[in-house]
Amino acid sequence: MQYLLDNFFSFTITGLTIGAVYALVALGYTLVYGVLRLINFAHSEVFMFGTFAALWVVMLLGGKGGGSVGQVIFWVAMMFVAAMAMSGLIAVLLERVAYRPLRKRNAPPLIALISAIGASFVLAELMGLRSRVASWVGLDDNLRDYVRNSRNNAGMPTIIQPQPIFTIGGYHVTNVDILVIVGAIAIMVVLDQFVKRSRLGRGIRAVAMDPESAALMGVNRDRVIQVTFLVGGVMAGAAAVFYMLKIGITRYDAGFILGVKAFTAAVLGGIGNLRGALLGGFVLGLAENYGSALVGTQWKDVVAFVLLVLILLFRPTGLLGESLGKARA
Amino acid sequence: MSTSTPATTTTTGENQDARRPGFKERVNGLPRPVKIALWVAFALFLFLLPLLNIPFVTTEGSDFGGVLFTVATYVLVALGLNIVVGYAGLLDLGYVGFYAVGAYTVGVLSAEHASLPWLLSVPIAIGIAMLSGIILGAPTLRVRGDYLAIVTLGFGEIVRLTLVNTQWLGGAQGISDIPKPPGLELFEVPAIDWSSGAPVVDLDTTSTFLKFGITDFVPYYWLALIVIGLVVLFDVLVKNSRVGRAWEATREDEDVAELMGVPTFRFKLLAFALGAAIGGLSGALFATKSGFINPQSFELILSILFIAAVVVGGAGNRWGIIVGAIVVSYFPERFREFADFRVLVFGLALMLLAIFRPQGILPPRRTLRAKKADERQAILEEGEASA
Repeated sequence: MQYLLDNFFSFTITGLTIGAVYALVALGYTLVYGVLRLINFAHSEVFMFGTFAALWVVMLLGGKGGGSVGQVIFWVAMMFVAAMAMSGLIAVLLERVAYRPLRKRNAPPLIALISAIGASFVLAELMGLRSRVASWVGLDDNLRDYVRNSRNNAGMPTIIQPQPIFTIGGYHVTNVDILVIVGAIAIMVVLDQFVKRSRLGRGIRAVAMDPESAALMGVNRDRVIQVTFLVGGVMAGAAAVFYMLKIGITRYDAGFILGVKAFTAAVLGGIGNLRGALLGGFVLGLAENYGSALVGTQWKDVVAFVLLVLILLFRPTGLLGESLGKARA
Repeated sequence: MSTSTPATTTTTGENQDARRPGFKERVNGLPRPVKIALWVAFALFLFLLPLLNIPFVTTEGSDFGGVLFTVATYVLVALGLNIVVGYAGLLDLGYVGFYAVGAYTVGVLSAEHASLPWLLSVPIAIGIAMLSGIILGAPTLRVRGDYLAIVTLGFGEIVRLTLVNTQWLGGAQGISDIPKPPGLELFEVPAIDWSSGAPVVDLDTTSTFLKFGITDFVPYYWLALIVIGLVVLFDVLVKNSRVGRAWEATREDEDVAELMGVPTFRFKLLAFALGAAIGGLSGALFATKSGFINPQSFELILSILFIAAVVVGGAGNRWGIIVGAIVVSYFPERFREFADFRVLVFGLALMLLAIFRPQGILPPRRTLRAKKADERQAILEEGEASA
């Protein structure tokens, strides 16, 4: 207990940064769940592809530690562009290949989960076998640096040196921490406003509330679903950039555990609820860190899941309640 | 999911379907002695399968007896999970937790902290797995649908991480030297050698009937087959009883079932407990065969594969899920030579299956009936023109 109190701010800030990543990935689960009522199990792979896109673009641009301010801003901006584009593309592709054919055939919801599991395996394995994939298309010479050791960790140069900006309770809050937390919240505000005010956002809410009435009112359901996947993918891409800036290491199977955590965050906040995803992500990140301070790091994930079970027992629809349509946002 | 997609099947197709007798009717139509003979022949075939060494079916790279044992544990797990997912309609993503509880109970009671005989530790393992099912189910079965899925997923992870972090349970090292079941050593069964192109009885390679050694896994497979037989029998009895009907009602519409006087919560809890017990039993068998267990044997991905087995086969149909379990566990072993690509191919197969066989390989007859009834309803509502 004393240990937690002594390092309270340290745990809080770390919890908030990892929570921001959870929250952004959780948005993808929540959006899709709201519109389609299904767990997009392959969303973790969407995130994983984003981390690789961010990594590759830094390698391509020769990013390294100690660049000038202008260079760093350029690199980070390109990371966002690449990761968001990659994740968005993968998410839309996923919808097109794994979900739309099922919807057209009126398949039961459980089978969509199977299709998603299959798609998740395929995506993760494609990344895990990327050296083979490169040699099939005859590019292994050109891409050697990008595809080698495809089953191992791939690390990124620290392009932003963590520098303490200010100190709170003995913990030096670095520029990376601030960038991640503030960036994530800013992106969420934009998304919130998009869903609330734009035409497409209204479509998303309408389909989430009542697909049939929405169709009668002239909402193109397929298009809305596609946009939903795209938005979820772009959010996962942003999460991937923050993840790479903070952690800096990725792997072909890095998505899985993070995906489980993010889905937990979505449920924690109330699945289908955008603000719930934000809250759930931060609560989960904080709880994990405080919990590991109290009972030891090795129990971190246990704390997260026990918290989830407890919250669902007392608030069965999550902290903020479910439904993209009803609970505004 | 209710969508406005119009029905696409024509009525003529249904009528043809309805007239053709199903596999079950045809088997039931046979004279009784023929039926018994067929069943005995089928059972014998299953028992001798690891020794027949049928070309192409037998796995080259790994011991076929061991592979068949793995397949058998998957079948057992799928039978248990089918009660939860198929009959009661509860999505359980943490089933590996019960599997681990069963395996570790046997490990702790017969090797790590006590040395109870195998025959005693397995029933205790089943009991403790069942108890853990009740402990998990009692608070969580009040939440519905996908929330239950994530709670159970969390349970599976909690169990695994607890195993990793508890030294009393062996920690990350796990438990070794789990004793073998008592053997009988009644008679030797020779294997068949195909190396010359034609089947030849090979008297040098034999398996002793029920001698549980460490090199020959065939007796374990036999043991698992016997257990599967008993569980299937149990499954048939429960499914056709009042309990089975109560599960069906709960799955189709919980509120209506409750109104009709079905205590849905109690029946869901029962399904959970029975499923957990069978999961624990297969975990116990797994621990017995491998002789050592560690937390790595109980990763989350296993739960996903179990669910895949049930859904691929056709949730709710016990024969279907057996086929599903065989598909999920056998094919990755059989195609080991494509080691690098087998997960990729497996994933692709799951996706294709979802598109082309959305009800599973062998869907339960009730699902087919319900689907047809839905289509008829849709035609009535929307008129013949849309069909």
